[in-house]
Amino acid sequence: MAEPDGIVLTEEELKRRRSRSTALGWVLGAIVILFFVVTIAKLGGNVANRPL
Amino acid sequence: MSLATETLTGPPRAGISMGTAGDFFALLKPRVMSLVVFTALVGMALAPHVNPVIGFAALLAIAVGAGASGCLNMWYDADIDALMSRTALRPIPSGRVTPDEALAFGLVLSVGSVAVLGLVTNWLAAGLLAFTIFFYAVVYSVWLKRSTSQNIVIGGAAGAFPPVIGYTAATGTLGFDSWILFLIIFLWTPPHFWALALLKTADYRRAGVPMLPVVAGDDATRFQILLYTLALAPAALLPVVFGFAGPAYLLVASGTGAAMVVYAWRVYRRREGDAARRASIKLFAFSIIYLFANFAVLLVELATGLGGHAAFGTVARLLGV
Repeated sequence: MAEPDGIVLTEEELKRRRSRSTALGWVLGAIVILFFVVTIAKLGGNVANRPL
Repeated sequence: MSLATETLTGPPRAGISMGTAGDFFALLKPRVMSLVVFTALVGMALAPHVNPVIGFAALLAIAVGAGASGCLNMWYDADIDALMSRTALRPIPSGRVTPDEALAFGLVLSVGSVAVLGLVTNWLAAGLLAFTIFFYAVVYSVWLKRSTSQNIVIGGAAGAFPPVIGYTAATGTLGFDSWILFLIIFLWTPPHFWALALLKTADYRRAGVPMLPVVAGDDATRFQILLYTLALAPAALLPVVFGFAGPAYLLVASGTGAAMVVYAWRVYRRREGDAARRASIKLFAFSIIYLFANFAVLLVELATGLGGHAAFGTVARLLGV
């Protein structure tokens, strides 16, 4: 099996990258939920005001 | 915050981040951020009506904006942070987060927080947040901090803005009442920071930061602390004078104001050895309680409708006066 090219991350570096990636995922998810809830709050009752 | 303060087992390799999520969170100065959220919330409570969802989103944007300015401050100050015991373990001087990462993180959050606040509330509030970030990251960190002993007096304005931003986010206007809260935090900042600076003079001297005790000496600093505290205590009663705080606030602000003056007086009088050191520690610790207690009572009064001049009439009737 050939040696992998480029920089190979150590176990510690991988662990820290995983920590950053996981947190980023949670933050992005929270932003999506926040934007959705804020949109509904700003629309208020007007969300139902459309031709059926 | 074990993740944010742990030391590396070896030197970080060039171009590879050793920062954890906790390190990036630490870049936002979470303790400062919590104070910003709290004071902005009190400013928001001054508004006649706030949609809770919009209010929450606005507070989040203000908190992230404050955190972003803290991050940019840590990026710029990494060289002097490495020289001071209080700050040497921060993510950048300890090598866990690279300066480029911190700069990118701070800039992205700055732009993002201002954009979100503008879209969610109004662009006047967003403009104030942008100005506050600029004031703290550029005017204070880049310019004032290393050039004048009045650095934290003028820079303190950045920390005083959150109530104004909170009120503006809720109303779209610059309310006079929120500027009174600005004044209280503005006058509170010098005694708070200089009490800490008296304890860390050697650190600041080593780092070449012209804090007041380094430039003018400990005694001049003690005198300035006393002066600002004597201005702060009556200024904290202005919410009562202008009719948006009630009897509970008057009671607490009078008591904590008197206590703050006593602590400042002790700092002024006790100038040698351990007694002087203890006096500074006590003033620093009490100054945090002072701001928290006064703003907490004001928040409760505003939230329950028990504040304002009308409440004095109720108390007078209850007392049969």
